[in-house]
Order: sequence, then C-alpha cells, then structure tokens
Amino acid sequence: MRQAIIDQYKAVIRAASENKSPLQIRGGGTKHFYGNSSFGRGDTLLDTTMYHGIIDYEPTELVITACAGTRLTDLESLLAQHGQMLAFEPSHFGANATLGGCMAVGLSGPRRAAAGAARDFVLGMRLLDGKGRDLRFGGQVMKNVAGYDVSRLMVGAMGTLGVLLEISLKVLPKPPVEITLRMPMDEAAAIERMNQWAGKPLPISATCYVEGVLFLRLSGAESAVRAAQAKLGGEELVEDRDFWQSVREQWHDFFQSDKLLWRLSIKSTTIPVALPGKQLLEWNGGLRWLLCDASVDQKIIRKTAKDAGGHATLFRSHEFRDAVFHPLDPVMMKIHRLLKEQFDPSKILNPGRLYPEF
Amino acid sequence: MALQELINKLFMILPHEAVLYEIEDLKPYECDGLSAYRALPLVVVLPHTEEQIIKILQLCHATRTPVVARGAGTGLSGGALPHAQGVLLSLARLNQIVAIDPLARMARVQPGVRNLAISEAAAMYGLYYAPDPSSQIACSIGGNVAENSGGVHCLKYGLTVHNIVKLRVLMIDGEYLEIGGESLDSAGYDLLALMTGSEGMLGIVTEITVKLIPTPEKAQLVMAAFDDVIKAGNAVANVIGAGIIPAGMEMMDKITIHAVEEFLHAGYDLNAAAILLCESDGSAEEVADEIKRIYAIMQQGGATKISTSRDEAERLRFWAGRKAAFPAAGRVSPDYYCMDGTIPRKRLADVLRGIEKLSQEYGLRCMNVFHAGDGNLHPLILYDANQAGELERTEEFGGKILEMCIHAGGTITGEHGVGIEKINQMCIQFGKEELEMFHAVKAAFDPMGLLNPGKAVPTLHRCAELGAMHVHRGEEKFAELPRF
Repeated sequence: MRQAIIDQYKAVIRAASENKSPLQIRGGGTKHFYGNSSFGRGDTLLDTTMYHGIIDYEPTELVITACAGTRLTDLESLLAQHGQMLAFEPSHFGANATLGGCMAVGLSGPRRAAAGAARDFVLGMRLLDGKGRDLRFGGQVMKNVAGYDVSRLMVGAMGTLGVLLEISLKVLPKPPVEITLRMPMDEAAAIERMNQWAGKPLPISATCYVEGVLFLRLSGAESAVRAAQAKLGGEELVEDRDFWQSVREQWHDFFQSDKLLWRLSIKSTTIPVALPGKQLLEWNGGLRWLLCDASVDQKIIRKTAKDAGGHATLFRSHEFRDAVFHPLDPVMMKIHRLLKEQFDPSKILNPGRLYPEF
Repeated sequence: MALQELINKLFMILPHEAVLYEIEDLKPYECDGLSAYRALPLVVVLPHTEEQIIKILQLCHATRTPVVARGAGTGLSGGALPHAQGVLLSLARLNQIVAIDPLARMARVQPGVRNLAISEAAAMYGLYYAPDPSSQIACSIGGNVAENSGGVHCLKYGLTVHNIVKLRVLMIDGEYLEIGGESLDSAGYDLLALMTGSEGMLGIVTEITVKLIPTPEKAQLVMAAFDDVIKAGNAVANVIGAGIIPAGMEMMDKITIHAVEEFLHAGYDLNAAAILLCESDGSAEEVADEIKRIYAIMQQGGATKISTSRDEAERLRFWAGRKAAFPAAGRVSPDYYCMDGTIPRKRLADVLRGIEKLSQEYGLRCMNVFHAGDGNLHPLILYDANQAGELERTEEFGGKILEMCIHAGGTITGEHGVGIEKINQMCIQFGKEELEMFHAVKAAFDPMGLLNPGKAVPTLHRCAELGAMHVHRGEEKFAELPRF
C-alpha cells in the first residue's frame, strides 16, 4: 500500500525530470506563505499528504518514525499520550501542518534555545531525490556517524534537495511541571538577564520579550521549578500555556499586522536592535521578530543581522516574494548549486523556493 | 611531482622544522589510535596559521597531491591514516583558544585545542563544553568535529553536531567558507551538519565556535548490579519510560566487571552479570528527586545490589571502573580491538547473545561496555597480534558484530567514524544509490577527490568485489527469524 504511493511519487518525479518541468511539493499547505513565491504557478503539484502514518514508535527508545505526510497534530498527540513531545516545539501555522513540511522549513519554536532545533532531533530520513531514487540516510538510533549527515541537510532545505518520505526523530519526555514568570523591564535589561540566566543551571525552557515585559518559562520537576522560581522572582502567569502557544503559532497580538514580518536570527547578546518598527524577542535574544513597513530598506535589515553574527529572513509579506532568505556569499552559493545539482540535476524540486539561483 | 620538488615548495610556505620527510620523523604519524593500519606519508606538515594552510592546500590542489588532516591522532577508525602518496596535514599547532564569550556562552577555538582544555578554560565562568569522548584529555576539537564525537553524556547533552555553532573551513583549492554563525541557525543548507562527522573528506576546519553550557550544580550516581543482562536492559528502558533522561547511563558485562575490578578495585559486585551506572545531574532539588526515582526503578527491576554515591569522591570512584574498561582490557590481553556499533536498545539481549556465540566460534574473548542510554555498544575483542592469524580472525569477528548491529536496525558506527576500518561494512549498511550520493556530496566539495582519499565511503567497485549484500535497516527477508 505505502510502496504503491512511493511508486506513484517516483513516476511523477521521473516524468518531471524527463520533461524538466518543475514540481511543487506540498503537504498541508500551511507554510505556503514562507519562502520565495517565484516558483511557477503552472507547475505540477506533488501532494505529500497521501504518504502518512506512524511507522514505528517506541517510547522507551525515545524514537518515532513517521511518514512525511503525517499531520503534526496527530504525531504530537500520540507522543503526548505517552508523556513525550517534540522538544523543538515546531510551529504548525495551521491544523493541516505535516511532519514533512515541518522538516522542510526547519523552523523551531519557543523551546529551541534550551532544547535544540528541529535538525538536532533528526536521526534519519528516507527520501526521493530529483531522479526519483529511493534513498535512506541516518537511522533510528541516537548515535550514528556512518556516511555524511544527509538527513540533517534536508532540514530547512525547503524541499529543494528531495521529496521527504519518512523521518525518524528523537523525542523527549514532557516536563512534569511548567510555569511562566512575568517581569516588566526594559529591552536592554531583558537581553542581559536572559543571557546571564542561560549561563546558570536554571530550568528555563523558553523566553519571550514583548511590549516591555519579559516572560520566562520554567520546566522540570516540581522541586526544581519552584526552587528556580524562588531565585528568579517575578509574577507567575496564569493561562501560560495559551501564551506560549500564541508565540509559537504567531496568534499573539504582536503578530496581528499587515506590515512585513522579518525574522532576525542573531547572536543572543546583541544589544537592542535599532530598526524602525516593533519587535518581539525569543531565544534569549537570539531571535528577533521585526514588524516594519515595506518602505524600510531591506539592505539595512540584512546588514544589521549580519553584523550581529546572524541572518535575516523576510518571514511574511503580502507581496510577490523572490528574495526571502539572506543572500549567500559567492563560495557558499557555489557549494549550494553544486549540491543541488547532485540531488536534483534537472532542477525540478521546488526550484527557486529557497534561492532564485536554483 | 617529484618528492624533492614538493618538499622544496613546502619550504617556501613553512619553516624547515615544520616539514618532516625523513623516515624516522614520519614514523610517529604512521597511524592514529587504530594501530592495525599503518602507512607512511610522503611528507608531514605542521602549519601554525591559516595562511600557511591555504598555501599548502593550493599547492596540493595544483599538484593533485592527496591531503590527510590529523588532529591529536587519537581516532579509533583510522581516519587519519596517512596516504602513501600524500601530505599529512597536522593541525596540532593550531592550538589556541581564541576567545571565550561567557555571556553568549560560546568559545572560539582552533582545531588543535584539546577537548578538555575548552572546559578547563570555561570553568571560571561556570560553563563547560558538553561532549566528552573518553579520550578528552588528549583528543582535539578538530578531530571531534571530523568524527562527530560523542561521549558518556550524549543522550542528555548531544554529540559534537549539537554543540558547535560555527566553522571556518578551507576548501581543497584554498577558498574560505564560513559555515553556521553566532546565531542559532543560518541561511541556506545546513552545511554545519554535513561537515560534522565528514572525516576530513570535505574541507579543512581551521576554527570552531563551540557552545558552552552551565555546569550542573550537582551530579550523583546510582550503581546497580543485576544477575541477568536482560534485567539490566529492562531497567534502562524503565528509567527512560519514567520520563527520566539520565546524564549518563552505562552498562558493563561480567567479563568487563571482572577485568576492571581486578585492575582497579572499584568495589564492583563480581557476582553480577551486568552493572548499570546511572547518573543524574542538575540542580540539587532535581537530582535528589531523580535519584530517588532511579533507585526505585532499579529495585523494582530486580537489582541484586544498589549503591548511591554519597559524595563526589565516591561518584568518581564508581565511574573509575567504567572509564578504566579499555586499559583493563589491555591488562588482561596483549591486544584488544574496540568496536562501535549502535543498536536499538530493545535488541541488546539478542546482540549480546550473538556476540557470545561468535566469541565461541572464533575462540576469542570479548568484553562489552555499553552506552546504554543511547544504544552505543563497544565490544572489546581480546586478541594477541603475535599469534599468527589472530588479528585477521579478530577483524572478521568484529565485522560480523557490525553486520549484526545493522541487522538489528542499528549502525556500524555510533561515534568512532568509518575511517578505513569499517569501510567494507558501509557496503552492507548502504545501498549502491546511497553510496553514489555520498560520492556526489564529496564531489561537490572536492571534485578531484584529494581530501582523505579512500576513507569513509567505499567505491562501488570495492563493494562489488566484496559481494556484500545490502540490508535495509533490519528489513531483510524473513525478518521474524532469529539470526543469532
């Protein structure tokens, strides 16, 4: 049954490869807004949601293997039944979000600074490359250094290197207790505090600074969380789950705007970034969401991010998008093109979605 | 190019003392930690600076001379085995900790810095570098990146790939690439992941920015003895099933227990079939809570003897035995050969039974130490290289163990790398198309194949000659039949 779907995908890829006609890989369509929109509207759609379901889940092995078309909510609720979670807290951006889409964009949520990113939890993948070859990399074990780490290379590649079929992930136990502390302070102080605390053995699992208030989430054993609360002070927030959910899914009031949304991923200790517009901070200051007018010079935003040790992404925009991701320097671009050529010589997999050059 | 010409050109780049070419000077570089494989390079170069490395690479690129990078030479898979027609590029002299940024929790270091030296330098800020391979006193961080090294704390703190943020990399033509950043992610493909564990095949790393994490307030250890390996394995699963991620979780089998106890007198129970060491770290409250739960799980799991470390000295004493497993093997046998398979933990009993059977078949003893939390098994095959044919039998035995790990749904190497040692087993773990893809990735970085040729990824020709059958992650025919 599953093999029949794979064969179907293979046939679609091979036909596209022969005709050099681009394929638009699509799961639940919840991240359609993300990445360049320059890929063709007349292209063939490859629907990855057909290939869904859990292949293997062993809670005591801390490993789950699922098809790329599996809905993220289904996967997370199965894990929750066993007291486990995807520790990188991926944003869904819609009820139909799939595991494959989550991996292809490689975005991580509030717990990222404490627990790790989407790519950190990937153990192995099965994928179809641009020639329709069925390939497996990595595995279902925690430690594996046989061969190049091609599975992690797929994370954040926006589907430009392969059609993801199956993904094995490391999962973690859900912390027994989570509380959120609320502390009004100015931005510079918040950045300094978050980084100081991140260097102490404290059970801080998420941070967010918005509209003059620092929110800290503590996770762990009751005793540890309470001891940390006593050290940190602040006011305990009720309904804290909703708060973090609103940050993760961008339902928070901050994000309700028609302006451009930029994502600046920079060195966490960077002092408040002076750019026009308003900002929300996560990841101890390592992630700065910037809402600003389209009139603000993109080059200034990019330069600011680069000077701060990171990069900027135009995350949401209502306009046609063709240069969403941070430009690569020439040597880096050369390597990207060469890798793309190896995985997808006919350039049919989501062409242009990551960079217009490929 | 003639050797003398190559040496003359290297003299234009490096001071004379940094170019070694006399046989007696090359000798110390003929092997790494895997001494069964030896070769002399044409030349060993010992650059001090990145500029020198760029010129060396440009020279090698222009003259199509193979380049093998070497850190401290502690690797266990022959990754730094020299190429007989090549240059051995030692990075040992790039040994500076460039900067530590305690607030951002990062250290910028050169590749020749020893793993432990980073943690020692960061200690004054209450920070440390988490991955701790057993060779951490000696092994270099550059080598750790090349092999994606682990250690005993991986389950909770991750491997090298989880603990580095940025690399400066030189391509074979001397071009410079900056991979990753001081941010938590970077634009484009995740080349940081691709470089980590690439065994010196894709580029030369000249600087590494590592992540530092806060030193836990407290660490405590539970030591439990079991009269049966399966019970010990189940106890491990139960700890994890209870939602505990131990900082370390190690298992030793009977023969190991005896070997280390004789050698070290760590207080291990000689009647035990297996001993588990389970460590908790974190805040004092957290540790107290976790240790209580771990103790109860060991008790319910039928442990015959359980001890909890009362203080730091006792914790270190309990660990001492485990850490002395390799030297203990060296005491009970003239030579030993360390394997590095990883398996799904639930298959442990099957695999140990299989190893026992092979051990009898080959007439060679085998000690088993196991990173039980993450399924990484280190069988130590005891042999005597002076007995004719014993090394060959050992290698064959080792190869069978690795194949068994693949059949169990695992992998041939958890943390030591493929190098030259496990290159044949790569033909079993991966199919033709995956190997082709590995070669294609290599070609994107190093089209002429000059970086560490012949390592990590076998040629398809080699696999065909071996006639190795490819097994897709335990999906062999008649998977339900026992294979041991």
